[in-house]
Amino acid sequence: MDYTFQFGEVFRHWPLLAQGALYTIVFSLVGMSCGLLVGILGAVARSSRYRTLRAIAGTYVELVRNTPLLVQLFLFFFALPSLGIRLTAEQAAMLALVFNNGAYSTEIVRAGIESIQRSQHEAAASLGLSPFQTFRYVTILQALERVYPALTSQFILLMMASSIVSGIGAEELTAFGNRIQSENFRSFEVYIVCAVIYLGLTFLMKLGFIGLAQILFPRRRALARA
Amino acid sequence: MRHFTIDDFYYLLWALEWTVLLSLMAFVGGGLVGALLALFRISRWRALRIVATIYIQIAQGTPLLIQLFIWYFGLSLFGTKLSPFTAVGIAMTMYSSAFFAEIWRGSIEAIPKPQWEGAASLALTWLEQLRYVIVPQAIRLSLPSTVGFMVQVVKNTSLAAFVGFVELARAGQLVNNVTFEPLPVFGSVALLYFVVCFPLSVLSRRLERRFHGGGMQVISS
Repeated sequence: MDYTFQFGEVFRHWPLLAQGALYTIVFSLVGMSCGLLVGILGAVARSSRYRTLRAIAGTYVELVRNTPLLVQLFLFFFALPSLGIRLTAEQAAMLALVFNNGAYSTEIVRAGIESIQRSQHEAAASLGLSPFQTFRYVTILQALERVYPALTSQFILLMMASSIVSGIGAEELTAFGNRIQSENFRSFEVYIVCAVIYLGLTFLMKLGFIGLAQILFPRRRALARA
Repeated sequence: MRHFTIDDFYYLLWALEWTVLLSLMAFVGGGLVGALLALFRISRWRALRIVATIYIQIAQGTPLLIQLFIWYFGLSLFGTKLSPFTAVGIAMTMYSSAFFAEIWRGSIEAIPKPQWEGAASLALTWLEQLRYVIVPQAIRLSLPSTVGFMVQVVKNTSLAAFVGFVELARAGQLVNNVTFEPLPVFGSVALLYFVVCFPLSVLSRRLERRFHGGGMQVISS
């Protein structure tokens, strides 16, 4: 083994790496927030009384969860233009991440909604709350609180999965890593540094979610074991 | 320029074999290493526990794609030229083993302590307690999650496309490059993944209902 590490060659590009990390964070935030929104809608549809809605949401979840994100990216980026919808790599990546995370969130949120006891619905009805008010003030917050650990670990997986969007040329940390290593051929060092940045992001997200739990769910002891 | 024909579909089917092969490799390799790591995690020696924990934190805290690049590009610099197949195999083994280890550790720890004590009172050694009393029960508990993670393993093999290994996703790219009919091509690719993954998902859910639906019956039956 006569290889000399030259991390300096990598650190010279630190502005690019920082920018990449920032883009990764942006992709993750969009994927998380919009994905959660889709997830809540999907969960409502899955526990709806209408068969058609349940079937549509169920099909969506199964299709997404049983195909790779990479193939979903290809479909969004290459196949949508042939239907007349033209997207930049970044737009396609965002859509695919939301689409993907939405399906996983649907299943998690649904589990949370189903865990709320019937008696709570009955109590809400006896207070004269409409179904929407019941959902808005009684069900959804408790449901999210119960599945918070599952949801947050799914979000961390999403952050790491966002590295895959470099496959269609969307710009984020891994894509910039690829660019740097194609310039200076220090691939080993570049990807080690990227790995460390991702590890740091994972760690920060875990801390952030623990803190967020304290703010979002003050009435319960921190159940964040994410 | 030509159209997407049945021959291209046969080509995708051929590539699916590689996807399945890679998945099996990751399952066997990840399973073996994962079992060892799970043992480390529940070991009475602190050093082993720490080593396993650090390994798992790193393997779970970095994207599989980056791990794949490190093995593929990185190790060739040390004079060992890794084929894409080997690099994918190592990376998938490392990544999967961390998840299997955590699934199995969770199942082992879910077995009530009196089971250990009962086995110890029969004068079984630690390894015998594990082998004859704990693991047979833990396997039942872990089966749904293990099968569920198999779905992730199959999907993760698509990352092999990034280092030029021709499995299903890469084959889809290649076919798309000559036909430029992305919708039928990637539609077929997605369908083939679905055909492999969906039965596993269903099986995982069935096992879940069978073992966990009965609540407390899990251990007693």
